[in-house]
Amino acid sequence: MAEPALSIRGLTKVYGNGFHALKGIDLDVAEGDFFALLGPNGAGKSTTLGVVSSLVQKTGGSVSVFGIDIDRDFAKAKYHLGVVPQEFNFNQFEKVEDIVLTQAGYYGMPMREAKPRAEQLLRDLGLWDKRKGSARMLSGGMKRRLMIARALIHRPRLLILDEPTAGVDIELRRSMWEFMKRINREGTTIILTTHYLEEAESLCRNIAIINHGDIVQNTSVRDLLAQLNTETFLLDLAQPVETVPELEGFNVERVDATQLALSVERGQRLNDAFAQFSAQGFEIVSMRNRANRLEEMFVSMVEHANAESGRSTDKVEVRS
Amino acid sequence: MNAWQTWIALWTLVTKEVRRYMRIWPQTLLPPSITMTMYFIIFGNLIGSRIGPMDDIPYIDYIVPGLIMMAVITNSYSNVASSFFSNKFQRSVEEMMVSPMPNWVILAGFVVGGASRGLAVGLIVTVVSMFFTDLSIHHPWVTIGVVIMTALLFSIGGFINALVAHKFDDISIVPIFVLTPLTYLGGVFYSIHMLPAFWQGVSMVNPILYMVNAFRYGILGVSDIPVGGALVAIAVFIVVFFAVGLWMLDRGKGIRS
Repeated sequence: MAEPALSIRGLTKVYGNGFHALKGIDLDVAEGDFFALLGPNGAGKSTTLGVVSSLVQKTGGSVSVFGIDIDRDFAKAKYHLGVVPQEFNFNQFEKVEDIVLTQAGYYGMPMREAKPRAEQLLRDLGLWDKRKGSARMLSGGMKRRLMIARALIHRPRLLILDEPTAGVDIELRRSMWEFMKRINREGTTIILTTHYLEEAESLCRNIAIINHGDIVQNTSVRDLLAQLNTETFLLDLAQPVETVPELEGFNVERVDATQLALSVERGQRLNDAFAQFSAQGFEIVSMRNRANRLEEMFVSMVEHANAESGRSTDKVEVRS
Repeated sequence: MNAWQTWIALWTLVTKEVRRYMRIWPQTLLPPSITMTMYFIIFGNLIGSRIGPMDDIPYIDYIVPGLIMMAVITNSYSNVASSFFSNKFQRSVEEMMVSPMPNWVILAGFVVGGASRGLAVGLIVTVVSMFFTDLSIHHPWVTIGVVIMTALLFSIGGFINALVAHKFDDISIVPIFVLTPLTYLGGVFYSIHMLPAFWQGVSMVNPILYMVNAFRYGILGVSDIPVGGALVAIAVFIVVFFAVGLWMLDRGKGIRS
């Protein structure tokens, strides 16, 4: 049986101020997976990934990358890792091309091998025209793509992306998704943290939710969504309405004069609702989810975990 | 990493450091040459001509080795201190930390890069000094050995300073309050034989005195102290400082949370 790309056992981290960031988490990510690590701010996502990438010293537990224990041979494990951190962490005054080539050098890659690889990555990520310019002149989205190019220069088998599309516009985010999907199809295992739950739902096959240093859910995205009991749809009407229509078996709320919110429970059929709308003379011109499905699940799960542990319910930050 | 990959990583880091200070040469290479020109004009020509010979050597010739060494010390130290701290500040140090590059390569890369700036500035100051006096080197190998060892030692010192620094002020404290006084009191402008016995004794605990005098011996053939002992002391300091710097890196001091 193939070794998992990442295996974490009993990982703990206590910071100098006594804060328990990780409380003994276990996590496995299979080779070839596209895995999402979700959680509210301060839950322990970045600490977990920081330990894996050597930026944070663990307090206890073990971490293996493709079967290589980082306590035994971290240098060997690092060859398999590419890391795209949350914050920009390159010298802003260096040239774009130099940043990528320097990173290749740190991995002991000869220049004759690094240069064509850098060209390919910079072209793929739309940065080739900017290669001779200073990195500080790049836009925020370009800087994120530069960090992805840098992380991939040594052909890692496991790519860690800590909020890679934060602050990136929608069009660019979609093109980055396509790029990430492609390299995943080509065999790179990807672990992603994100606040954009739509991103996790679109890209990832498996998911773990971390809250207050504990893994509260670790399953496939499909199984997680199957747990969702109710979905809410926003319906745009052709004509304004004054009163809320009454539908048998469905809960309908008026959002404004031309928009209704329809709640559909698992097992119910949308056709039944539409038939009743038509019978009552309501003409629906468009429909969309009120919130991302995963987002609803995520919020309820984290709030449930908080309630169970007796903590005040934190405000869970999500963006969609 | 195998030996070839390690060499590539070290070379990458050294060339990156050299590229950095060459890119900002008006801040790194030009100011020392202007400052030292002022020293040569004021202390060498204008005041020096009235001071007379020191240890039977014309005063301007006497101060040349000390001024070269002063430039080497301050530039080696400040290059590594500011470069590594900038890497910490901008978090680009993480580029190195996530790579399989061994810690000794990181330390050596910064130290060699910093020493190269110190030596480059030392060379510039030497060239400037030739406009004011004729230099003839008595012991070339001692001269080269001492200047390289001194540049390496203070580069390591700058690295350790940057590791423990939390803000930019922290990397200027040592150069201002420690290095500059020790350099001025290290026999750059005078022979310690001019001092009363008590202050001669105090001067003997100043490590920079040994470096300046060993370098002066290499160029002029005169020294206030035994040169062999000075060379051994510098070598021991290099080994100890390198070991301390490496231990701190291995422990993640100042760079890992």
